[in-house]
Amino acid sequence: MKFSEQWLREWVNPDISSHELSEQLSMAGLEVDAVEPVADEFHTVVVGEVIECGPHPDADKLQITKVNVGESEPVDIVCGAPNCRQGIKVAVAKVGAVLPGDFKIKKAKLRGQPSNGMLCSFKELGLIDEHEGIIELPTDAPVGEDYRKYLQLDDNSIDIDLTPNRGDCLSIRGIAREVGVLNRMDVSAPQSSEVKATIDDALSITLSAAEQCPRYLGRVVKGVDLTRPTPVWMTEKLRRSGIRSIDPVVDITNYVLLELGHPMHAFDLDALEGDITVRLAQPKEQLTLLDDQDVELDEDTLVIADDNKALAMAGVYGGKNSGVTENSKNIFLESAFFAPDAILGKARRYGLHTDASHRYERGVDPQLQRAAMERATELLLAICGGEAGPVTEAVSEEFLPQRSDITLRISRLAKVLGVSIADDSVTEILERLGFDVSFDGQQWQVGIPSYRFDLSIEEDLIEEVARIYGYNSIQAAPPAAQLRMTERKEGELSTHKLIDAMVCRGYQEAITYSFVDPKHQALMFDETAALTLPHPISVDMSSMRVSLWPGLVGAVAHNQKRQQAVLAFVETGLRFIPDESAENGVRQEAVISGIRSGKAHSEHWSEGDRSVDFYDVKGDVEALLAQTGNSAEFRFVASQNPALHPGQSAAIYHGSEKVGDIGALHPKFDKALGLNQRTFVFELSLSAVTQRPLPLAKPVSRYPSIRRDLAVVVDKHIAAGELIAAMENVGVKQLVDLNLFDVYVGDGVPEGKQSLALSVTLQDSDKTLEEAEVTELMTKFIETLKSEFNATLRD
Amino acid sequence: MQLEQIVEQAESAIAAADSPTALDEVRVEYMGKKGQLTELLKGLGKLDPSERREAGQKINEAKQQVQTSINARKELLKAAELAQKLEAERIDVTLPGRHSAVGGVHPVTQTIRRIEQFFGDLGFSVKEGPEVEDGFHNFDALNIPANHPARADHDTFYFTPSTMLRTQTSGVQIRTMENEKPPLRIISPGRVYRNDYDQTHTPMFHQVEGLMVDTDVSFTQLKGILEDFLNHFFEESLTVRFRPSYFPFTEPSAEVDVMGKDGKWLEVLGCGMVHPNVLKAVGIDSEKYTGFAFGMGVERLTMLRYGVNDLRAFFENDLRFLKQFN
Repeated sequence: MKFSEQWLREWVNPDISSHELSEQLSMAGLEVDAVEPVADEFHTVVVGEVIECGPHPDADKLQITKVNVGESEPVDIVCGAPNCRQGIKVAVAKVGAVLPGDFKIKKAKLRGQPSNGMLCSFKELGLIDEHEGIIELPTDAPVGEDYRKYLQLDDNSIDIDLTPNRGDCLSIRGIAREVGVLNRMDVSAPQSSEVKATIDDALSITLSAAEQCPRYLGRVVKGVDLTRPTPVWMTEKLRRSGIRSIDPVVDITNYVLLELGHPMHAFDLDALEGDITVRLAQPKEQLTLLDDQDVELDEDTLVIADDNKALAMAGVYGGKNSGVTENSKNIFLESAFFAPDAILGKARRYGLHTDASHRYERGVDPQLQRAAMERATELLLAICGGEAGPVTEAVSEEFLPQRSDITLRISRLAKVLGVSIADDSVTEILERLGFDVSFDGQQWQVGIPSYRFDLSIEEDLIEEVARIYGYNSIQAAPPAAQLRMTERKEGELSTHKLIDAMVCRGYQEAITYSFVDPKHQALMFDETAALTLPHPISVDMSSMRVSLWPGLVGAVAHNQKRQQAVLAFVETGLRFIPDESAENGVRQEAVISGIRSGKAHSEHWSEGDRSVDFYDVKGDVEALLAQTGNSAEFRFVASQNPALHPGQSAAIYHGSEKVGDIGALHPKFDKALGLNQRTFVFELSLSAVTQRPLPLAKPVSRYPSIRRDLAVVVDKHIAAGELIAAMENVGVKQLVDLNLFDVYVGDGVPEGKQSLALSVTLQDSDKTLEEAEVTELMTKFIETLKSEFNATLRD
Repeated sequence: MQLEQIVEQAESAIAAADSPTALDEVRVEYMGKKGQLTELLKGLGKLDPSERREAGQKINEAKQQVQTSINARKELLKAAELAQKLEAERIDVTLPGRHSAVGGVHPVTQTIRRIEQFFGDLGFSVKEGPEVEDGFHNFDALNIPANHPARADHDTFYFTPSTMLRTQTSGVQIRTMENEKPPLRIISPGRVYRNDYDQTHTPMFHQVEGLMVDTDVSFTQLKGILEDFLNHFFEESLTVRFRPSYFPFTEPSAEVDVMGKDGKWLEVLGCGMVHPNVLKAVGIDSEKYTGFAFGMGVERLTMLRYGVNDLRAFFENDLRFLKQFN
């Protein structure tokens, strides 16, 4: 809501500065967004009259004029504006004037003709207005008067960002009321009187949807002249409130809207057939709106109709065919109360948002219709002439908002606010707010005026009291509560700890958007249908991620383009897997994911300079799994994953449950994903790695351990992991460590075979192992490897 | 040869020995089986028994003296050898260490962790919830009925009329209150989504919301805990103001501004007393219990804390930006 400060001060004029006023409004809950002067700085600009205007002898587009500026002699001025003509009143910058932008007006000659001043446009004076050409002032503008003084330009536009509950403040009247309360001042509304009917013309009004429209007032005004200009005092107030002048009828209804907060509508009476009905739209009913848009109305849309057709979308937008034009002679004025529920969401649904719908959605004073009608009629007759008929009112009292008193208890006020405010002060605040108050020593009975439709429960009144008392006058105190310890589950690993473990290994935590480019996601996860946002910010942010990989790939690509050589990111968050059986049709799974690309480490004087590979990332994942204290339960099994390199990808299992994936990103996607280095990724269900079993301590053996190395030759396709698992499963309880320390292919090993070297560490808890026992145990291992993997011992 | 001469020769040979091997040769020369001093001892038998005792004693003394010298020399040589070895092992300790790269936690997470710690110390527990929400938890239960103008203010990403990306983490409060009974002290950090994108808005950002419900929770306490939090978060005593505002789920409601270094007020969080309708929706007796709730934008706080100018930088994941917070 933007308005002119001067206009407000016509209603209530506290002795405080503009700055203090805006602070006061903000602290009362009407947040001031901006305070801007309505005109830039300029001086020596006066009202003038063009008394002569003729073509410039040497320039087609210029005219030479003589302008009366209230001095003994008229002034010669050359003007280039097409609307410059004899007889109009203009804004004249005299010699010596300084216009916005430090533009100085001096004596000049334009193409040989003297020019001792300038006729100004709105733009040249720094005024916001869409009109082209030079300013044309009303014919009664006093020649020679200072233009700033004439238009009272020493004013501010104040823009307040109103919360949806304060529909009552969407007007000068409403804001004035607040300012009056805050400054303990009376508010004076402008003089306005009832307009007596001088003709009998009237339309009958039927409320067919009384719940949606419980009150509708109509009035016929005949013989208006809409070619007359809107007076400048009105256009200026509108302009300073951010509304453009259109024609006198629209200007008047907008003026009433701003002044009283009540939307009005005017129809061309001669376009109406029969009487007025307020009803819901009929199936597939059509309406052409004022902006030429054709809409098919839904059946829950309230319309104003005549006997044959819908005329307007009630409270939202007028219809083209019944709209007022410059040629209209007779009009029908509407002032109605539409229930907020009838209007809510409609404007948005039709892609419309108007000053009227904005107010009706938030609520207007259900008792204000007649005052608005009288005010609009009065202004209309004064500006456009004509004769008014009687006001016709159709009302359904039962559907008008019913106000009941609200009870405010002393005890509740103290409980919610935590302070006790003197009873007298509370009474005084409530009365200042215009409420009807009675106090019995325990509680207040408060009658709420019709314009405060936002108040319905005790807490609403508590807020009103606190707001006027001043939030900043309420002291702060630490919360009091009983000391209870918070649950701290030792067996739960926090996400923070997992991230920290990765950070220690060089990973940077990333936060990527939860919606990704569907093209990128489809490359990697072609078999998964993702959840799609119907109205995304842009197409490349429209697909809900089914994995954190697309986002992380984006982060890597972004940094590779910026010459970053070592890239390692980790992220935790939800992935969204459509699933009919899940709540809201989607499984929202928390995962931890990582990505590495480029160099394994930054180049180092003593280390080789190598690229990251599968085993680097696997090591990172193993470190992550080690956080669970339960690494042994996890397995890596070679797998096929459409996103990954077929020979470098594994599924990660926890027992028999698949909990994650790891691998090289399939190189065929590199180009499309913008990657220029081999890239490795992993993703693990967080639930699989956030449980940590409590340790169960066992005594440490006091006897020495014995290491034996074993080198076996097996087929190349045999997975080392299976071989190790087989050895672990032999059931040698003295096995305390098993480590694969060498993999060899080449001279001395037959084609198609590989040599694996393992160290076996044995220890008994009860005795020192004898050589014979060790040999016996090793034989068990060897026999198993021979029988299960056709292994031979390497010499 | 006279005993004194032999000792003298031995001493100078010991002093001249420049390696353990040389020194050992000296030892053999004088003390070995055929060493000069050993030979002297063997020759004792030829002496008159009356002289024998005294001569033997002298020889033994000489032997002892020589042995002491050898030992001392040995220590000296060992020390020199070690010193030489250590010198050979001298390195340039200013060369860079190996694999020193440590990553870092995202600044938004750092802020969330700090907030969790401040409130965790006061007994608030951390609760999380789904990001694809239903209308009940995101709006209805929060006293925002369908078509309420406050819904339009949210720029919601809808999937269907009844499912959406959550616009606030308040749904977590509802889910918690559905399952747990007062007294309650929780905070819920997480991602939220609004359909808006420019220098000051990203379609995804983070909020931390807090909720305390107990028998005597009041607006003064809300002011107390938030002023306390802001002063601790920014580690300075800030000028803070509470400005009346409106949220459908709190009544009274306030926005909290802090005075910036430039003398301008900056909005940092929204809060209020939990609306009785919200308590009723989850079956909590609003006569007996009152509560306060607050919500803060994590990016906003992070920007103020570390001087970040462009919100969008948080989600570009540019290493050069992120590393500044490591």
